[in-house]
Amino acid sequence: MLSLGSGGAKQPPKASFVSYVTPEEINPEKEPPKKERYPDLLPGEVVFCSASPILKYTQDELSQRGVFGTLVCTNFRVSFISDEVQVEDTIQHFKNKLYGENDIPLMCVDNIYGGYDDKKKLITCPLLKNKCPSKIIIHCKDLRVFQYCLTYTDEKDARKIFQGIVHHCLESKSLKCVFAFSYNANNAEMQRKGRTVMFDSIDDWTQEMKRTKGVCRLVAENQSFELSQRLPQYFFVPANVTEEDFQNARKFNGKGLPIWCWSHHTGCALFKTAALPLMQEDTIPQAYMEKMLNAVAQNYLYSVKTEDLSDTLPSLQEVQLSYTKFKQFFLIDNSTEFWMSDVKWFSSLENAGWLDIIRQCLQKAVEVVECLEKENTNVLIMEEEGSDLCCVISSLVQLMLDPYYRTLTGFQSLVQKEWIAGGHNFQDRCNHLHHKDKEHLQTPVFLLFLECVWQLLHQHSPAFQFSETYLTVLSDSVHVPVFSTFLFNSVQQKVSMMTAESPQTQRGPLNCPTVWDWSVQFDCRAQEFFINPLYTDKLRVDKLTKKSHRPKHTRQLSLPSSAFKTPSKKGFFKEETDSLKKMLRVKRLSRWMLSPDASPQASTSEFYEAWLRRPLDYHGVLLPLLDGPAVRVWMQRYLRWIPEVQICGGGTVAVTNRLAELQGEVRELLRRLERQCGGIDAGGPYHSDHHHLYDNVAPLPPHLLRSSVRLSSSFPFASIRNWPFKPAIPTSMLQGLIVSDPDNMADREDEYTETISLV
Amino acid sequence: MASASIPAYNSIPLENSSSQNASNESLKMEPLADVALLPGEERVIDKDIIYICPFNGALKGKVFITNFRLYFKSDGDHVVVLDVPLGAISRVEKMGGASSRGENSYGLDITCKDMRNLRFALKQEGHSRRDIFEILFRYAFPLSHGLPLFAYLSQEKFDENGWHVYKPMEEYRRQGLPTDKWRISFINEDYKLCDTYPTILVVPFKATEDDLQKVATFRSRCRIPVLSWINKENQAVIVRCSQPLVGMSGKRNKDDERYLEMIREANGTTKLTIFDARPNVNAVANKATGGGYEGDDAYQNAELVFLDIHNIHVMRESLKKLKDIVYPNVEEAHWLSSLESTHWLEHIKLVLSGAIQVADKVSSGNSVVVHCSDGWDRTAQLTSLAMLMLDSHYRTLRGFQVLLEKEWIGFGHKFASRIGHGDKNHADQDRSPIFLQFIDCVWQMTKQFPTAFEFNERLLMVILDHLYSCRFGTFLYNCENVRDNNLLRTKTVSLWSLVNSDTSSFINPFYTEESSRVLYPVASMRHLELWVTYYIRWNPRIRQQQQSPVEQRYRELLALRDQYLKKLQELQLSDSSPSTHLSNSSTPSAASPTQHITRLQTPF
Repeated sequence: MLSLGSGGAKQPPKASFVSYVTPEEINPEKEPPKKERYPDLLPGEVVFCSASPILKYTQDELSQRGVFGTLVCTNFRVSFISDEVQVEDTIQHFKNKLYGENDIPLMCVDNIYGGYDDKKKLITCPLLKNKCPSKIIIHCKDLRVFQYCLTYTDEKDARKIFQGIVHHCLESKSLKCVFAFSYNANNAEMQRKGRTVMFDSIDDWTQEMKRTKGVCRLVAENQSFELSQRLPQYFFVPANVTEEDFQNARKFNGKGLPIWCWSHHTGCALFKTAALPLMQEDTIPQAYMEKMLNAVAQNYLYSVKTEDLSDTLPSLQEVQLSYTKFKQFFLIDNSTEFWMSDVKWFSSLENAGWLDIIRQCLQKAVEVVECLEKENTNVLIMEEEGSDLCCVISSLVQLMLDPYYRTLTGFQSLVQKEWIAGGHNFQDRCNHLHHKDKEHLQTPVFLLFLECVWQLLHQHSPAFQFSETYLTVLSDSVHVPVFSTFLFNSVQQKVSMMTAESPQTQRGPLNCPTVWDWSVQFDCRAQEFFINPLYTDKLRVDKLTKKSHRPKHTRQLSLPSSAFKTPSKKGFFKEETDSLKKMLRVKRLSRWMLSPDASPQASTSEFYEAWLRRPLDYHGVLLPLLDGPAVRVWMQRYLRWIPEVQICGGGTVAVTNRLAELQGEVRELLRRLERQCGGIDAGGPYHSDHHHLYDNVAPLPPHLLRSSVRLSSSFPFASIRNWPFKPAIPTSMLQGLIVSDPDNMADREDEYTETISLV
Repeated sequence: MASASIPAYNSIPLENSSSQNASNESLKMEPLADVALLPGEERVIDKDIIYICPFNGALKGKVFITNFRLYFKSDGDHVVVLDVPLGAISRVEKMGGASSRGENSYGLDITCKDMRNLRFALKQEGHSRRDIFEILFRYAFPLSHGLPLFAYLSQEKFDENGWHVYKPMEEYRRQGLPTDKWRISFINEDYKLCDTYPTILVVPFKATEDDLQKVATFRSRCRIPVLSWINKENQAVIVRCSQPLVGMSGKRNKDDERYLEMIREANGTTKLTIFDARPNVNAVANKATGGGYEGDDAYQNAELVFLDIHNIHVMRESLKKLKDIVYPNVEEAHWLSSLESTHWLEHIKLVLSGAIQVADKVSSGNSVVVHCSDGWDRTAQLTSLAMLMLDSHYRTLRGFQVLLEKEWIGFGHKFASRIGHGDKNHADQDRSPIFLQFIDCVWQMTKQFPTAFEFNERLLMVILDHLYSCRFGTFLYNCENVRDNNLLRTKTVSLWSLVNSDTSSFINPFYTEESSRVLYPVASMRHLELWVTYYIRWNPRIRQQQQSPVEQRYRELLALRDQYLKKLQELQLSDSSPSTHLSNSSTPSAASPTQHITRLQTPF
């Protein structure tokens, strides 16, 4: 589990110590003087309210036991400080420096429930009409569940802390109240870690254009957001977009401008745009749109395919609805609930539809990849805002086509380019400010993207420099209100907030770190968990590909139909020539693709089939596997806090540790070898030949190496001391297994033919 | 990754060819010189044929049938090969004929036991279909035609004799038996006490041979409670048996009651736990046919736990449903709910969680008795899985072989009836994938504990392939008694001969020996997954996912480490004795570098 704070004089709490004192044994008369303890506060952190004694239920029992301590609400977090003395902290390898395992950053709170006797009520406003609930249950956006019992503290204190927490977590607030604006860590060394390209300067953009060898027109006219408040200060558009077009674009607040995303080495490129509302009567936007399309098309005379994502992918409301259902399977209050939900696990997953949405996004990205890679056409993807599913698809396409984005810095740069500069409405999509009137805008679009990346990573692990732990931490970091990265709706909002001398703060411009400065959250050792030990760099791959041949496959499919046979022409992408009317028809064609008879299998293209048959090149085009068994639940993110599913001494971590051990051994050998040879004859060749094998290792701390057996499958997220050594034995199985059984097979005997001779 | 040049439809794709020495025979098969026949394998017929491949459409080619296999190779550039042991065939049927229309109307439909169906089309002329059909029918089901199984015709020779892998006395001695509480009994030497038990049994020290005889009368098919495993630390035991013959009238048997009491007393367990693998209702229903379960009043020092595992018929239907959703095409639109509706993983969960409960009891010092109805299906699953969790020896390559020989083969899991070796009666109600289900459970455990098992997935696949193939004697017949009568161990080769003659491909490189650890897998649907690489392996799309990059990387690193070690040694030698540098440089490299891992710790 993430452990508390930066380890100062005060003791971070531990859930590992189970208090066996039953509630009745606490004698209220003989109560010791109240000792309220505060967590180590971050710079700028202020305590709002606190209460003690509060009983924190442990998660692994049936909510019968717990630890006493103090519950504190600050402007950054809700924190629980245990009264128990902290055991020496040896097993924390993966400490978050900002918040610990018993801290919930305010933004990370998802839902709060009040427990009244046996009932659980969703809390939506801090006003308590009747009595204070006996229990406060907090569901977090990083899937943790906390349950606190309020009955041992004063009614007054209980009320105060309950209302305080609810107020600060759920009530709408102004952006200025977000902790990032108070956080004044003395981060003098705040630097752009690891060369992540931020895409906030002309230079960043031109470098990227140069890297992909594309030719487009740089737009610097939006430096002070005169063109559009939604677009970044600098961006690229097709080369023959004219000044006049910018005049038009200004009218539509930048909508309709094809924003360059990425250029394929063949010269074709991917663009995205916010769709213009097209009225039949109004000819101006139509003419403008037509012109824009021509601009995309005549960029080197490529043909253009357009795709309106709002027609072919689930709507944002559907995405939100689906995720709301899905996450519920992991916010488990107790063991009984866990085993109950285990029975119908697969069909529940399916009904939530989340995995299917992931599959659809990946599928769509594959289609775009085909256009760029095989047909060499320009692609223009669009949707209403041009900053939601467009970001998902464009970044996925780039991940699949460009191995640079599969490196750690490449990936961070991609997020900067497509999501931050791309103007994804993080603030509204996450509803960071809990504005009631913006609740309908809330949708986990960025998480959906990370989910898709995880599928790729899970299927083709050696292709990625970053690990699944990195993705999990990144998904958590969206809800840590310290970073500027995911706080705003647009570059314009960020710039105005961060540069303006604001009268409220009196502290001058906001200077909060970007999330990519991982040292704010993790020390160097913990950051090593972000690196995927299976990743190989390009050098080695080049060598390999020289050796391996690529057999050409000619499919002979003149024979009877098979399920895998596909129509040679697909209809969902539209060949765009010159007319807007044709573009409008795309919508109908896209609809056609969603019709029930077009099963996913039928829509797999020959391009995809051919790719599947080729030997996998981790530094080439990387496509996802999309069939039923291939799309899976992101186990680490979703199961890490659930005690029932921890495999003690098992899980993939066991293998990764062995790998890391061996990598350490090899590195040590090489060091010795180099010393022996004076570093001349051995050092050179050995190093250049094989350093990929151990260079990007995440070396585990030495004391961990030989103890991999004791790690749990949710490592590095849950410390093992918290898990029982007793096996989890499923309950409620009888209700589960209802065998549909017309012949009463279940009642038959195994050997029904013979009767037992009675003695 | 899957190299496309390798034909993807090999029936025994994972087994390294062990039959290069059969080159003489293979010369006979001129057009198919690339088929290496096994020693003792003989060609029967060959014919032009069309294979209706569900993944590539109809493929023209040639089929060869021997007394062991069906081999098909397609013409053309993209070669598709089928290599199916006839033992894997459960059903052969003619489809269509003179009255049906279309090009490929003379069809042959072959249902296999290994999750696939094969369809061929033949020409109308020359009765070619009739010939093929009759030959297949005869050689795929030799026992129904008075012919011997191929295992009795095979002339294969291996360096090691797999029949020596399991010696009951050695295994009991390894467990620390006999003790002052448990003794070895030879009462069943001639299979007189129980014809489906092995000859050597371990029973409570206090129980006399006469007691055993009496208890046998009260246990279904005389399968009395005998020790399977003893925990060296706490002397808690796993005892297996069949159901007591309680019947409708609720009969009691003092001898049986006393016998269980002796088991309880052997390590001072306060309450003996009896695990009845069946669902409660089934156990009750069994009373009608004379069976039943241990009642509270009769067995006062015992607690009875029902584990709710369903019977062989339910499991058979479940697998049938699973096949429907994975072959030939993987159900796409509603994969998860389809998977759930087969209940296959749910059954796996129940078996695993039953075994976890058994292991948990034993490791906390309580002796347990495990039974179902006859004690050869669910009981074998539970005891062997519990032993796999408790005893790390069974997680080694050889230990696992011992486990199978002991708990499954020795104690009379009815392989012949459950698999139907060489038998044409494909609809036999006695057939059931109980052993497959067990291997699946083992696979689930290897997935959850990737460093705890010395063997790899490949071994499990090879075991399942030869469960059906009839190439080896290992899984033939129902019990030891019948095996002895058929001189199995002298006339056939053991599967372990093949495996142990070249173990390298069955070794899990990540294996880390930990002798005293109890493994508790998580029996939750969150962790259980479909064994895609087995159940869907015929689908060419799935084969891609077989690669394990981690393993590949690990092997690369191992090679690199060995290379460095060798280099270091060479350097060291040249340093210490520069004059003999040249003559000595080859010596250290001859020693296997892997033997020097420990040296890493000591400075050179």
